[in-house]
Amino acid sequence: MGAVIEVQHLHKNYAETVAVDDVCFAVEEGEIFGILGPNGAGKTTTVECIEGLRTPDRGEISVLGLDPLRDRSELTQRLGVQLQDSQLPDKLRVTEALELYSSFYQTPADWRALLDMLGLAGKSKTPFKKLSGGQKQRLSIALALLGSPRVAVLDELTTGLDPQARRDTWELIEGVRARGVTIVLVTHFMEEAERLCDRVALIDSGRIVALDTPAALAERVETEQRIQFRPSVPMDDRLLTSLPDVTSIIRRGDVVVVTGNSNALNAVTSVLARHQIQAQQLRVEQANLEDAFLALTGRHSRAAQNASQN
Amino acid sequence: MSVTTAVSIAAPQAAVRRSALRRLTITEFKLFLRERVGPVWVIAFPLVLLVIFGAIPAFSKASAELGGYTPLDVYVPILIAFSLALSAVVAMPMVLAGYRERGVLRRMRTTPAGPYRVLAAHLIINAAVAAVSATEVLVVARLGYGVFLPRQLAGFALGMLFTVAALQALGLLVAAIAPSGRAAQIIGMLIFYPMLFFSGMWWPIPEMPPVLQHVAEATPLGAAWQAMSNAGMGHWPPALPLLTLAGYAVVLSLAAARLFRWE
Repeated sequence: MGAVIEVQHLHKNYAETVAVDDVCFAVEEGEIFGILGPNGAGKTTTVECIEGLRTPDRGEISVLGLDPLRDRSELTQRLGVQLQDSQLPDKLRVTEALELYSSFYQTPADWRALLDMLGLAGKSKTPFKKLSGGQKQRLSIALALLGSPRVAVLDELTTGLDPQARRDTWELIEGVRARGVTIVLVTHFMEEAERLCDRVALIDSGRIVALDTPAALAERVETEQRIQFRPSVPMDDRLLTSLPDVTSIIRRGDVVVVTGNSNALNAVTSVLARHQIQAQQLRVEQANLEDAFLALTGRHSRAAQNASQN
Repeated sequence: MSVTTAVSIAAPQAAVRRSALRRLTITEFKLFLRERVGPVWVIAFPLVLLVIFGAIPAFSKASAELGGYTPLDVYVPILIAFSLALSAVVAMPMVLAGYRERGVLRRMRTTPAGPYRVLAAHLIINAAVAAVSATEVLVVARLGYGVFLPRQLAGFALGMLFTVAALQALGLLVAAIAPSGRAAQIIGMLIFYPMLFFSGMWWPIPEMPPVLQHVAEATPLGAAWQAMSNAGMGHWPPALPLLTLAGYAVVLSLAAARLFRWE
């Protein structure tokens, strides 16, 4: 199991703005590797360098041992690509698109099988314009897989899809991986990364701020858990501030908002139980991507704030 | 789709490239027909104009001012130039700039076929449609209105070839500078109408004042008319209009190559 994609010290600037700043990672064979980050973080620029669509300012990229710029004809045969916001001509029909793209490759996959696998068999004569968002995305996955690639880069696969279509697409991607295709998945959905990826690189302002398994990343994110409740009887804040797992307490009217790490919920509920205080309307805020970024990029500034408050 | 093809074994690269271009050309041609705008402009519109001009009795009378030729004789090459220009300078750039706008060319960059083959497919389609359009105008003019076929047919074909080359280069330049399909249509039209004026569409070149005649001959469609009408009357196209067209073809395609962006 070697690395199929290696990115070393990748730099890319657009005019004055730094898009990608010293990004390094390696994608192992057979894994689903996520590149996660907010809009404008440099995710797309990074994968466009891998696809050979952009010329890096500095750094080394190797995809299946090939240079994305110098070995274009080899690379395009072996790397499947699904671009963000790329469309097909309105009146191009599904089968025509598949036949067309099949003619580009030396070892094309059987597009009829792909059509079935992607649930587009009933839409074979439908023009691109008449497809739903989910169907367009599935067609674009089919096109990415037509050359029987060993690696596929999928950019913002489920953006703009409804929840059902998104879940269907996830299942599909798992099926593709099961066929032995290594996948690089660009997304800004934490949930998508958690569900699909073996490892995730978190990118912010062009830099990788964390690279780990989703479980390990979630653990770090969960340190910023927020617990809200209405105590059944008046309560002294110090009951909770004394807990090591709790970082802060705020009161909004008679609602108490506790921030703490992943153990905070356990600690808070047991203290409340011990003092026979019921936590009414208890709500635990699930960590989202924004929290992940605060946790992983803003840790220092937040710690400094807490220190000055004490 | 009951037809099944044998599982393909790895094909040699050159064969794959040829089949990619063929498949692209077939597919783009189907889209060209489906869009309807292209066929209407390039195939139907010149015929309608021919029928209208043909219905005017004065157009079929030999005129001393036109050197003994009928106005319709003069108009046949103009109608052909009209259709070639509309197709190459407006219709083709509209599609290509639209493809850039929608990311079609960008997507092609990530395939082994590459985006150049999309341009090649469109140039092939454009040339083929030009040939069909010219043939239909010549045949209908001959059968319907007694206009003689070009007396120097090879010379006529040569003139057309140079005209298509110059107009395609201009069309690629329009596609290169237009940010969207809509913009390409507008820019194309802004170039098309003045060009059409100098082809003699509204005022035949032989009737223009000498200064204007010189200006007309320096424009692509003026030169095209000169080359084709000379061949129509039985002479080889003179060198000057052919050189003018060749100059446009070279200079404009270099400019297009420099300015064209895939995304």
